[in-house]
Amino acid sequence: MRRLRFIPAGINLQFISKRMIFFVFSGLLVGLSVGLFTIKGVNYGIDFKGGILIEVRTPDAADPGAMRLALSDLGLGEVALQEFGAPNDVLIRVQRQEGGERAQQAAVEAVKAVLGPEVKYRRTEFVGPKVSEELFWDGVMAVTFAIIAILVYIWFRFEWQFGVGAVVALVHDVLSTIGLFSLLGLEFNLSTVAAILTIAGYSINDTVVVYDRVRENLRKFKTMPLAELFNRSINETLSRTVITSVTTLLALLSLYLLGGEVLRGFSFAMIWGVIIGTYSSVCVAVPMLLYLDLGRRAGSGGEGKEAAVEQTP
Amino acid sequence: MVYFSRWKVILVLAVCGFGLLFAAPNFLSVRQAEALPDWLPHKQVSLGLDLQGGSHLLLEVEVDAVVRERLESMVDSVRVVLRKARIRYRRLGVEGRTVTVTIRDVGRAEEARQLVRQVDPATTQAELGDGGRITLSLTDQAVRDWRTSAVKQSIEIVRRRIDETGVREPTIQRQGDDRILVQLPGIDDPERVKRLLGKTAKMTFHLVDEKASLSEALAGRVPPGSKLMPSADEFLSDGRPRMYLIRKRVMVSGDTLIDSQPSFDSRDNQPVITFRFDTSGGKRFADATRKNVGVRFAIVLDGKVISAPVIREPILGGVGQISGRFTVQETQDLSLLLRAGALPAPLTILEERTVGPGLGADSIAAGKVASIIGMVLVVVFMVVAYGLFGLMANVALVVNMVLITAVLSVLQATLTLPGIAGIVLTIGMAVDANVLVFERIREEVRIGRTPISAIDAGYSRAITTIIDANVTTLIAAVLLYLFGSGPVRGFAVTLSIGIVSSMFTAIMLTRLLVVVWLRRTRPQTLPV
Repeated sequence: MRRLRFIPAGINLQFISKRMIFFVFSGLLVGLSVGLFTIKGVNYGIDFKGGILIEVRTPDAADPGAMRLALSDLGLGEVALQEFGAPNDVLIRVQRQEGGERAQQAAVEAVKAVLGPEVKYRRTEFVGPKVSEELFWDGVMAVTFAIIAILVYIWFRFEWQFGVGAVVALVHDVLSTIGLFSLLGLEFNLSTVAAILTIAGYSINDTVVVYDRVRENLRKFKTMPLAELFNRSINETLSRTVITSVTTLLALLSLYLLGGEVLRGFSFAMIWGVIIGTYSSVCVAVPMLLYLDLGRRAGSGGEGKEAAVEQTP
Repeated sequence: MVYFSRWKVILVLAVCGFGLLFAAPNFLSVRQAEALPDWLPHKQVSLGLDLQGGSHLLLEVEVDAVVRERLESMVDSVRVVLRKARIRYRRLGVEGRTVTVTIRDVGRAEEARQLVRQVDPATTQAELGDGGRITLSLTDQAVRDWRTSAVKQSIEIVRRRIDETGVREPTIQRQGDDRILVQLPGIDDPERVKRLLGKTAKMTFHLVDEKASLSEALAGRVPPGSKLMPSADEFLSDGRPRMYLIRKRVMVSGDTLIDSQPSFDSRDNQPVITFRFDTSGGKRFADATRKNVGVRFAIVLDGKVISAPVIREPILGGVGQISGRFTVQETQDLSLLLRAGALPAPLTILEERTVGPGLGADSIAAGKVASIIGMVLVVVFMVVAYGLFGLMANVALVVNMVLITAVLSVLQATLTLPGIAGIVLTIGMAVDANVLVFERIREEVRIGRTPISAIDAGYSRAITTIIDANVTTLIAAVLLYLFGSGPVRGFAVTLSIGIVSSMFTAIMLTRLLVVVWLRRTRPQTLPV
């Protein structure tokens, strides 16, 4: 049986010599993301902003216009309505109310009173100002600590240069994901943070695999110029990189299309993250090493081990 | 590496066997699973509220209210002792967490300090400052103790109130310093529960001060020992509530109630609440009513007068009834609250997440479809990419799913909607370890190794990469668990379990399959 080879054996694409293109592209991507985030900001969901989210199912196709009119009479500030998956499912978002937790609670009751008893409440979420602030900082801390912990682990397992390279790629992925959310105005909520952390985990996973090969080749080819050695390492692991990305994307695509409305934002972020994470491992993390004064000491500790493995029949 | 010791084979098969055994109950209905004999595992994966439907409420105990109340009652006590000793003072009041008073005659300040200190020697310190100023402050220990006991007591009262509403299997637990997490499975409209939890339900009986004039009091001259209190349901023509002038002293307190039921008045058939005092409460109520026939008494609930009837005759049996302008629902709720007892401090709802049973069921259905389709896609892809070896990786993938289900069942970790996302993601990522090995084997074949030696080298070289790559992902998942909340934690749990079990299946199970195949067929070339 002939197997499909996605990446032909012995492939030799020139990644390292084209690094300037990647650096410019990534620099622009990150710069634009940071710019968008500072100027436009992101569309924080109620998890981080506080407020009310109610998903209702009406007996017949909903009339969002009439509903909006009735709800705007309550004087609750900004009320956003959105069809959610089906014509008789409506998502109602009410902005955070002035006056602490009790005011939010009163607003929930007021909205329910207006909607009346015919509608079914599929989801009611309300997050007060205290909790939303805590969730926000918890999210920031989780992402920060994850990046630091990964840096330390890579530093410990490799050399510091690898740690720095990996973290640059990681920050690149995190920032560009935030930028994408800002650009498209997608809701940024708890599951987005979960997606970002998973993207961090996935991207670093990819980076580690390539780095591992770089380390191995540094021991094997002691005189090969670094640029050539890096390029070789990328190409040797390219098949794995692509295949794993494809299987992950297949699963995520299934989740995005079939996993229901609630998970759509999460799976969208993940799909983007897998693509950008794969790109950054190959095109940012490895070329970065050229500029990090990578001495040839790297891997000298593993010499004996490597020799021992070589001898086993 | 190609050699597999007997105990390792047994270990791998045992893990798979136990996995299957512990995952099995999930393929049965709840009733069938419960009917399984005791020696068989019968725990199913427990579903989060976002999948089974229900309401999640995060409450905060307003502990500061307890402290404030305590300080205010200290002000009253200080006033009493200083008056008794005929010590003149000014500027008596609450300041932050202290009660302060300035003694006019500085010469008697030390004497006053001694007296004030005796008001509550266990929990306060009294200090004498310049100009006869005395500061009575609560000790940190006392505040801490109140906080702890207020939260503990609140949990107990919340539990009683929720039990009274008939919600099945609620979870009520302390979270952090002064918060209570309430989870109510199967509730899709928690408005009644929220209303019940939002009331302190502190009931007291006071005599109405009929010696002083109400209009004088309203003009700002409230006699000492009395206070103004608004009515709960009587309003003046300008829309403001009617005010009552009542004695501060509590005649009988609601915590002496032992029962309370909704009922109807025997004369006019209006909804009322009947109640019964315990022995000491009954006795005090009897004494008070005997001495004050003809006087009105006010029934005060949470700082509002709900009714102020005239005492027509001494009430001796310890039984009474409250008639306000109630609806039937109100009498039901109020009697429930009185039965369950008062909260030591008001509760605020900080966060609510309620999912109806419909959405929960839809989420499960969508999650199932997404997992199955995702799995089929990956399985087909792996066979296309790696042929026979891909099939072996697929066996590992299926076992992986079984193991995740088994671990979730055994740990009774909660499966949430993001948790399902974690499983689907694992399906995609779990094959990675196998991909790493297979790619390595391909490379080794290419440089001219024999099948056995290529497989051997493939596994031994890929293993460090697999561990490094997975540990970093695990770090992200663990941090997500530590900092995440609610459903997102469920994602971290399934992702972590998935990472660990995929490492096991790739390094142990697939390898066992490859080794067995290798021994059976002794191939000259590898179909990888």
